[in-house]
Amino acid sequence: MRNDGTLDRRAVVAALLRDPGDLLVVTGLGAPSYDAAAAGERPLNFYLWGAMGGAAMVGLGIALAQPSRRVLVLTGDGEMLMGIGALATIAAAAPPNLAIAVLDNARYGETGSQRSHTGLTTDLAAVAAACGWPATAVARDMDEVAALTPRLRREALFAVFRISANEEARHLPPRDGAYLADRFRRTIGVVHD
Amino acid sequence: MSGSSWQAQVFAALKAARVTVVGYVPDAGHAHLIEAAHADPDMRAIVLTTEEEGIALAAGAWLGGARAVLLMQSSGVGNCINMLSLPLNCRMPFFTLVTMRGEWAEFNPWQVPMGSATPAVLTAAGVHVRRADSADDVAEIVAASAALAFDSAVPVAVLLSQRLIGAKAFVK
Repeated sequence: MRNDGTLDRRAVVAALLRDPGDLLVVTGLGAPSYDAAAAGERPLNFYLWGAMGGAAMVGLGIALAQPSRRVLVLTGDGEMLMGIGALATIAAAAPPNLAIAVLDNARYGETGSQRSHTGLTTDLAAVAAACGWPATAVARDMDEVAALTPRLRREALFAVFRISANEEARHLPPRDGAYLADRFRRTIGVVHD
Repeated sequence: MSGSSWQAQVFAALKAARVTVVGYVPDAGHAHLIEAAHADPDMRAIVLTTEEEGIALAAGAWLGGARAVLLMQSSGVGNCINMLSLPLNCRMPFFTLVTMRGEWAEFNPWQVPMGSATPAVLTAAGVHVRRADSADDVAEIVAASAALAFDSAVPVAVLLSQRLIGAKAFVK
């Protein structure tokens, strides 16, 4: 079907996370976590190293708890497919401050680049739209990335980025979950009680 | 709380524990809590497509400074296992109320395997398991278990026994 992505994943993520301010970022396991770390390690990035399928729902939880802040979930096609029901759950909950960006290479890159469903028959943006997401988009070139970047900071937008299947050097963020969670909470000012 | 139903007492215990996010996969035994959560302006009740979503939801809520509970039935426990690595690795609280099926006058045999395995599976996955069998102390058990989860930042499940909630009647 569509293994035709040509976007450079590191360039896409660098654009999406440029001048992040206090943007709260959740990354799905594997390459999206490495991409976000390569764009700039920061305490408001919460990197998943496991819990596959959970990135979008972690984002929803943060968005509900912090309604005055923006939340961006950055994940891959395989991780989003595993948690595909979350597209329905989030659409029904309708948080105005949550956006999802899927880096879609139509591959399970971490395990040997086996084809995923997005390279076979599944159109994730269409799935999100059918679930009731108010806005969905697909980016295939850097002009479209530039147009979607500000929208991901202000809309309830589900966006798919058609990236090439090229693998980048692993840029490993911290993987101690307790450390990642604690620094995230401290940075946004959650008081331990 | 004397004179109120045990379901109302359990909801009051969740309120007292400052739970504000309620993720659920519907179950008849949770119907009162689900309705009460939807009706409460200080709570967000989130219907889930599958139970593991509720664990990730609770983790995100905790990251943002809020407390969550997951309401599910025992048949959903098996869906949760890998996602439990999230609160365990991140040393976060996780709190769930599980209505039990397959253990007391169960009509539907398909509920029995997961119902039977539920306590052992949760324990093996690192969850502290408590059980409520009677209306007299269920609210106290929920309150103490919520305190354990949120104050000590560990995963805790309270199993609400099928005898307590009443076996589902299949004959109308």
